[in-house]
Amino acid sequence: MYEFLTSIEAYNFLKGPMVWIAFIVFICGSVYRVILLIILAKKDKVVYPYLSLKYAFRSFLHWLIPFGSRNMRLHPWMTVFAFIFHIGLLFTPVFLYPHIVLWHKAWGMRWWSLPENIADIMTLIVILCCIFFILRRIFASEVRFVTYASDYLIITIAAAPFITGFLAFHQLVVPYRLMLMLHILLGEIMLMAIPFTRLSHMLSFWLTRAHTGSEFGVFRHSKDY
Amino acid sequence: MIKMQRKTVSDPGFDKTVKNLTPEKITQTINYVLEKEAAARLKAYVETCIHCGLCNEACHFYVSYDRDPSYAPVAKVRQTIWDMMKKKGKVDAETLKMYARIGFTECNICRRCSMYCPFGIDIGYMMILVRRICGLLKVAPLYLQDQGYSHMYTYTQAWVAQDDWVDTVQFVEEELRMDIKNARIPLDKEGAEIMYSPHSLEAKFKTNLLSNIAKIMSVARADWTMPSFDGWDSTNQAMHVGDNETMGMVERMHFNAGFKLKVRKIVTSECGHSFRAAVYDGSRSLGWKEPPITYIQPTQLFYEFVRDGRIKIANKLKEPVTVQDPCSIVRNRGLGGMLRSVVKAACEDFRDVKPRLEHNFCCAAGSGVINYGPPWKFIRMEGGRAKIEQLHATGAKIVIAPCHSCHKTIEELIAYYKLDMHVMFISELLVKTMEIPEDMQVLKPGKAEV
Repeated sequence: MYEFLTSIEAYNFLKGPMVWIAFIVFICGSVYRVILLIILAKKDKVVYPYLSLKYAFRSFLHWLIPFGSRNMRLHPWMTVFAFIFHIGLLFTPVFLYPHIVLWHKAWGMRWWSLPENIADIMTLIVILCCIFFILRRIFASEVRFVTYASDYLIITIAAAPFITGFLAFHQLVVPYRLMLMLHILLGEIMLMAIPFTRLSHMLSFWLTRAHTGSEFGVFRHSKDY
Repeated sequence: MIKMQRKTVSDPGFDKTVKNLTPEKITQTINYVLEKEAAARLKAYVETCIHCGLCNEACHFYVSYDRDPSYAPVAKVRQTIWDMMKKKGKVDAETLKMYARIGFTECNICRRCSMYCPFGIDIGYMMILVRRICGLLKVAPLYLQDQGYSHMYTYTQAWVAQDDWVDTVQFVEEELRMDIKNARIPLDKEGAEIMYSPHSLEAKFKTNLLSNIAKIMSVARADWTMPSFDGWDSTNQAMHVGDNETMGMVERMHFNAGFKLKVRKIVTSECGHSFRAAVYDGSRSLGWKEPPITYIQPTQLFYEFVRDGRIKIANKLKEPVTVQDPCSIVRNRGLGGMLRSVVKAACEDFRDVKPRLEHNFCCAAGSGVINYGPPWKFIRMEGGRAKIEQLHATGAKIVIAPCHSCHKTIEELIAYYKLDMHVMFISELLVKTMEIPEDMQVLKPGKAEV
């Protein structure tokens, strides 16, 4: 098993075809999910007539700026953790130097990268946030009441590439090669899981917020933040 | 594991009706509503919710019950919609009874939680679906079901017959003439500007409210009327019991009354749900984006009267005053500013609530909960604690509440928590403070001698 996982064939597969598969599943799955909701919303006759770009953006703005809504001000800790978690989760993989090197080798693309130590800190922050979320699920009774196994699963899926990436970078626990393979595999799993688990809130956020924002602005003449 | 602990309440609307149900019927109804009636929104909401529990603080039940997790908005969805979906509708009668209890008695569909959800998930909509399912199966509080039937038979909420209505208007007019000289309550006046559409309680036992409205209309010299025929009542309890068909019928009759009298606008009574039913649920279920005829709440009408100087305030109220923002007119239509404007014009010492406007707490009596009768009074008294604490904190002696549910329940909360406060409608406030023009003043016995 160990031999297989660290073999050059397995490495080439995970770095080559598997990346294609992961991205195709992620992109096609996401497009499918979004289009399905958009088509279904047509059947729900009260969604489209009230949509408004202005109020949708008002809503996005207030919920994407830290402390832009009253609820964020009521839960300052959660707001801080949630924001730094999402920023780390989205920016670290995209602006990580080794990742950019891979893009450059494959397609000749390159862009600005995060300094190594900052990327390291951001990775740690993501992991710490995941631990915070898990502890919150266990110890905050109002959250525990609505927690299912799937909630821990999606946190694990999101945290795994960061944990393995961190360990691989620092060459800890298991040999570098094995950890790197695990990191690539888990990263691909996460990408593929996005459209098919509740990680898809990354996509539907824009739809539900646009609907609610428009509804509050156009019809209810009040604020949704 | 946290358990949901509730007092046992005996309500024939729940206990007796569940006995008539078969498992097949329950499954069939749940699946019909969830698959056929509910569309994209339910799917998007269920798939988007990440169970973060950030909606909790929004719920007045959660706050009033000392942050009991089972009263949190997301917990209510977990115990109803998620449960139904997980079991694919295969639930027993006892579970259905629990759904009904949550949907009917532990949520006022005030929609405050959709303002607190990071994704803007409309939990109120999901609770409406729960009510719809239970309503179709006839598992709902008995008093509420009764009012739903009253709408079917008499087109009013409180079994008021049409001839009773005309009779009531006549004696209200007669009594009104003791205060306003030659006062008239015009019925069926074609082409009037305003059609006032009362709450059936105003015709049944709160006729003083009807008389207040008539007084204000007279003083403002408004061109107004009311229908003598069915469709005069603005209430719509069928909406709360999940009977969308009757709800649509009632609203259609209502709009038709306005068309028949060729009025320019309909003014509902000082009531939250009837306004919501007409502009939101009713209009949408009949296929209108906005009501087909201008439809306003008295808060707006009074605001316009005061703004245009048609009503002049003679003696401002001296006591400290605060307001209750009814969810159906403030969070649902943004009338909070107008409400404050009228109150400030008529009172010297106005003290605003905190949180205010759309962030205001619900009174725990909305969406029909006020009508559940004695078995369920405790739920309003306990669930309204957040509300009454909020009002008490302002130090005000008078609360202005332009909604029948808010008005009644806050008055009861004041008695229950033994506070020195009093609730008033805006119409009551205006009648107390407005100036009666000289040509309308009645010569009182004492005055004639002067």
